Amino acid sequence: MSRERLEKTIIQILRVMGLLVFIAIVAFPFYWMMVSSFRSLGEILLKPANLGLDIRKINLHAYYEVLFQHGFLRYICNSVYVSVVTVVLSVTLATVGGYAVTRLRFRGREFMSYSILLIYMFPAIVLVIPLYVMFSRMGFRDSINLLILVYLAQTLPVALYMLRSYFQTLPPEIEHAGLIDGCSRFSVIWRIIIPLSAPGLASVALYTFMIAWNEFLFAFMFLDTPEKFTLSRGVVQLAGSVHLSKQLVMAASVMVTLPILVFFLLFERYLVRGLTAGAMKG
Amino acid sequence: MTRREPTFFDQEARLAFWMLFPTFTVVLAFVIFPVIWNLWLSLKAVSLGDLRGVSLFEFNMTLENYRKVFGDPEFGTVLLTTLIYTTAGSVLSILLGLMAALLVHGEFPGRSMLRGLFISPYIAPVVAVTFTWSFILDPQLGVLNWLAVDKGLLAQPIPFLSQRWWDLDLLGVRVRVPMALTSVILFEGWRYFPFAFLFILARLQAIPDELYQAASVDGATPFQRFFHITLPQLSAVLSTLFLFRFIWTFNKFDDIFLLTRGQAGTKVLTIRVYDYAFGEFNIGASSAVAMILFGVLSVFLLVYFRWIAKEE
Repeated sequence: MSRERLEKTIIQILRVMGLLVFIAIVAFPFYWMMVSSFRSLGEILLKPANLGLDIRKINLHAYYEVLFQHGFLRYICNSVYVSVVTVVLSVTLATVGGYAVTRLRFRGREFMSYSILLIYMFPAIVLVIPLYVMFSRMGFRDSINLLILVYLAQTLPVALYMLRSYFQTLPPEIEHAGLIDGCSRFSVIWRIIIPLSAPGLASVALYTFMIAWNEFLFAFMFLDTPEKFTLSRGVVQLAGSVHLSKQLVMAASVMVTLPILVFFLLFERYLVRGLTAGAMKG
Repeated sequence: MTRREPTFFDQEARLAFWMLFPTFTVVLAFVIFPVIWNLWLSLKAVSLGDLRGVSLFEFNMTLENYRKVFGDPEFGTVLLTTLIYTTAGSVLSILLGLMAALLVHGEFPGRSMLRGLFISPYIAPVVAVTFTWSFILDPQLGVLNWLAVDKGLLAQPIPFLSQRWWDLDLLGVRVRVPMALTSVILFEGWRYFPFAFLFILARLQAIPDELYQAASVDGATPFQRFFHITLPQLSAVLSTLFLFRFIWTFNKFDDIFLLTRGQAGTKVLTIRVYDYAFGEFNIGASSAVAMILFGVLSVFLLVYFRWIAKEE
């Protein structure tokens, strides 16, 4: 066998083995999360090493308990509200702002573009204590709408940056006709820019949704009242209050993970574009 | 005196100002202002109990907080832990990302499904994946310990996330492994390799085929082609990835906090920010640590924008 053939064979074998190992390590935690959420506390205590999923013994009681006894129905609504409002505001403001940075001439435009990137690098842990102090003092820290504003500040710079890159790929000539016909800038954005940028807007919306839906630190620090908890905040609360009942924590984890993974699989291409264009912080 | 008619450019600038105004306000209030406010707090003796008092705005500055933070006997250990966690976590996530990208690169059925699967650790909420891993690694109920003991691989369960040291006997040589820190680093690799994976995969696809064809004609074997074409082509993206992962891991709080709360030798600087504020109720010292983090970040960003961004 030639060296070329030998190396090719070795590479093929390594590749298949590597893929199997990777798939197992990546997928197992998700599998385990789901399988455990379908079990009763008794099964978890009796057979902690039971890897299989017995379809006939699927037990949805953990979901019932988490939803109706631990307040997760409320947390789901809160998370949906926070994420949707963040997405709508962020995409709207970033579209308008991104348009201004790409198409309008004003002093400090270059500076704006640079500082957007810088701001995006600021770590949450540096911002959270001063914000905590400030809003505790003002007395409205424990508020879900305040949380939305924080998320907006976290997502807007990236959203604006991503949309700016997208708008730069659109030829400005298309807009000129509209402007000459007397359209205002806002109607140009509404009639020309938005329809042409649908894929870019989808990427930004998905990306923003993911940030708001997954966020833990600010929700953890700001929210005190259980009625206002987001899902992430709720899962931490639950994990701290039940010690043995892992099936409950796993059911709650499935609830917070499933929507985002389904979204991701449905719109993978847009999200991947968003992730690489914006270089997601994390 | 005649008032100058607003020109077309003035109008455009004014419009741009109003279009950017909301973004600007939100960022000013929730990003820029907190950093300045944090600097102010770090120079004052503030405790968590003082928050409603008037003393917050008095102009009585002190360096006491910085003295306390640097003088803390634990500070050296925390800094070392931070550096180990950050370096090892960044390198591991990039190596895994490189491996994953090489495995998925090329055309084969199910490739896009695999790509989707490989990104999921990064997409999933941090609370869900940390609690799942804590459960898997749990010494009492964790599946990993039970399987290992069952199969005779371990004599007794290991508390992966709550034990500081693990004494290993490697062919007669006693090695002390920092157990919890290693687990946290491995988690970091698992959760963040998709980031490197995406960028490396994109770069791999951009390497021109002619390079490989030319090398094949010259008789280069697959391994030679990898070491002499693929790796050099990836070096720029690998170093940029390292810088970014280093910065983000250095400032990472959620993962360690949720996995170990900074116990068992995993206390990093970001955990110290939280501990000072909510463990010792010392907002001043907490802000001082945050300022140190911010200072280090600024240095890295300066390096990036001065040298690396210009080269690209």
